Amino acid sequence: MTKMSDQPLIDVRGLRKRYGRKTVLKGLNMGVDAGQVVALLGANGAGKSTLMRIISGLSKADSGQVWLGGAELKQAGHELRRYIGLVSHAPLLYDNLTAWENLDFFAHMYDLLAPEVRMEALLRSVDLWPRRHDLVRTYSRGMTQRLAIARAILHDPPVLLLDEPDTGLDQPSSQMLHNLIRQLGAANRAILFSTHNLEQALHWSDWICILANGEIVHRQPAAELSVDDLRELYGQW
Amino acid sequence: MSSATLSQSRGRPMAFGSYFLLTLNILAMAGMAVFIWAALVYAKSATNLAGTEQMAQRIFYIHMGCIFGAMAGFLVSLIGSILYLITRNLEWDRITQASVEVGTLFGIGLTICGAIWARPTWNTYWTWDPRLTTATITILIYVAYLLFRNGIDNRRTRALFGNIYALFAFLTVPLTYYSARWFRSIHPVVWNGSNAEAQGDIGNVGATMGQTITIALISFTLLFCALMIQRWRQLRLEDRLEELREELE
Amino acid sequence: MASGNGLMPMQIADHPAQMRTEGGATAYFRKLWRITRKELQTELRAREAIGAMAAFSVLAVVIFGLAFDLAPRMDLIVPGILWGILLFAGVLGLNRSFGAEVDKGSLAALLLAPMDRSAVYFGKVLANFLFILATQIIVLPIMLVIFDINLFRLWILVGLFLGILGYVFVGTLFAALTVSVRARESMLPILLLPVMMPLFVAGVGLTALVLNGREFGDFDHWLLMLATYDLIFLVIAYMVFDLIWEDV
Repeated sequence: MTKMSDQPLIDVRGLRKRYGRKTVLKGLNMGVDAGQVVALLGANGAGKSTLMRIISGLSKADSGQVWLGGAELKQAGHELRRYIGLVSHAPLLYDNLTAWENLDFFAHMYDLLAPEVRMEALLRSVDLWPRRHDLVRTYSRGMTQRLAIARAILHDPPVLLLDEPDTGLDQPSSQMLHNLIRQLGAANRAILFSTHNLEQALHWSDWICILANGEIVHRQPAAELSVDDLRELYGQW
Repeated sequence: MSSATLSQSRGRPMAFGSYFLLTLNILAMAGMAVFIWAALVYAKSATNLAGTEQMAQRIFYIHMGCIFGAMAGFLVSLIGSILYLITRNLEWDRITQASVEVGTLFGIGLTICGAIWARPTWNTYWTWDPRLTTATITILIYVAYLLFRNGIDNRRTRALFGNIYALFAFLTVPLTYYSARWFRSIHPVVWNGSNAEAQGDIGNVGATMGQTITIALISFTLLFCALMIQRWRQLRLEDRLEELREELE
Repeated sequence: MASGNGLMPMQIADHPAQMRTEGGATAYFRKLWRITRKELQTELRAREAIGAMAAFSVLAVVIFGLAFDLAPRMDLIVPGILWGILLFAGVLGLNRSFGAEVDKGSLAALLLAPMDRSAVYFGKVLANFLFILATQIIVLPIMLVIFDINLFRLWILVGLFLGILGYVFVGTLFAALTVSVRARESMLPILLLPVMMPLFVAGVGLTALVLNGREFGDFDHWLLMLATYDLIFLVIAYMVFDLIWEDV
């Protein structure tokens, strides 16, 4: 994948978004470099999901730009969507298909060549290989979430957006997700994930961003912060 | 434009646009007065009719007037919806909505007048005459348009989806007309006396009747413009109010 | 590379994704067909659309059969019943077309895929077309039994084909329009049925003339009307479908 040397892989400039009477984003700027894992913190309704939906191209901002890998989202054609992997609140899966069929379907949507090997590797790494031929509607919340993560990285996107990815995950699965994020971050991916768990945010990420009042109000490397510092910072907003 | 409407609400003297609107309203009222006189008094009675039919025939002028109003409304809505989809300027969306609302009002008037007139003339309130069918379906479509808009909360989505539907709605009108016309041609004529084609024939009416129809055209178009612009202004103020409320919060 | 705490038996990085990115028309149609296939697959498992439409249609045929039991000539009534039931039953299937996808969020995943979004529209159009066609295959024999009228005539079938096509062109688009609206289930028929009027009238007119034993020359204008309707709304739907998803 091509990377601009001076521009972050995810580059968000002056995003504004209003839903009816409520202004959610007020000229938000942020950047995520390749190889960076950024934790996005913010209260419920602060606009974390809205930001991710706009970066992924599912929602349109009222104004502002999103640059992914040096291309502007609105100007670029649909091929730019290959750059994006999204894990959302909703599972983004088909209930009446099996795990295998779900991945197979999306593999074809992304024109993957010989996807079977990668599908197997993914299903094994999220520990769903033995149940790959069961319908997704028979899965527990945690299993669905793991499959949703596998689906999001199926096409190996350089930009990964994870909206509260740990929802419904038990301890081992959460650990698995952590490993996955580390591994992808090490492989020069730009990862933005939102969470309410401050400890996890510090532990998992390189940078902490706090979103409040429609802007990024604080940005600091995770290594410089302790959980107490972060709790205090978070409390201010 | 929005600054002009704002200054009014602060109690300043009326802007030029308001004088224009006032003049238009007065003209529309005067037009309606002239029209009523022409339709009920000036126009000579139809010579080929007698008794109640002769009296009832005068509703035809109101009927014609409503047709002009409804057609103007739906034509303006077509222009508004195409231009909205191209420019995404909410002004065009307000124009579409205002013209559909006023057009639908005229459409309902047209159907009611038609039914009243049809009773003595065709011996039935209702027939599936092609024009009647088309008018009815068109009204139903535009009522659906208004209901649809009502169900969408997001202002932009409401505008976008509403205008897409308005485009479909308009395209349905000619297709409905032709299909209804072809459909009737295979059925027997159900009413007594003269047939539908002759009733609407404007070409060979008397001089006063022709003049009254012209008066109807002018006065109803004026009425349409006055109502539509009034409603358009109202919609614009509603949106402005909504924006100001957002700014305050 | 981090070796992890046990739950990582196979490194996914060892199997990078390889994509064919040249795209083109073949890729477009391949994806379109995959979407249709996915719809058929889920329908075979859940039987929601065809099940609801077929049950409703059969019920309606029985009710109309009873209601018009004393009518003197069935061939005057049957065309209206056939097309009326098609119109009303189709709404049940169309409502499910996008409803389930939006509720589960899978539509977002579909919209994120790197393809022209009209592939989603046409994939769904094709699936809905097949669902309604399947429903009609169940309904026609039942109508034969109850009304003693054989609708399996070439030009009626051609008319049904064109009619269903136009119905799903407009219906699939309107299903997408109404999916995020309050009271979507009741809004779809209110929007759809009046726009369907030309198609309905043409279908009834065609069926009545064919049942009357007329020559092709007497009813070819109805086929022309159906084809024109299909063409106009296909073009418009294709043009506006991309606009709908600006904000889901």
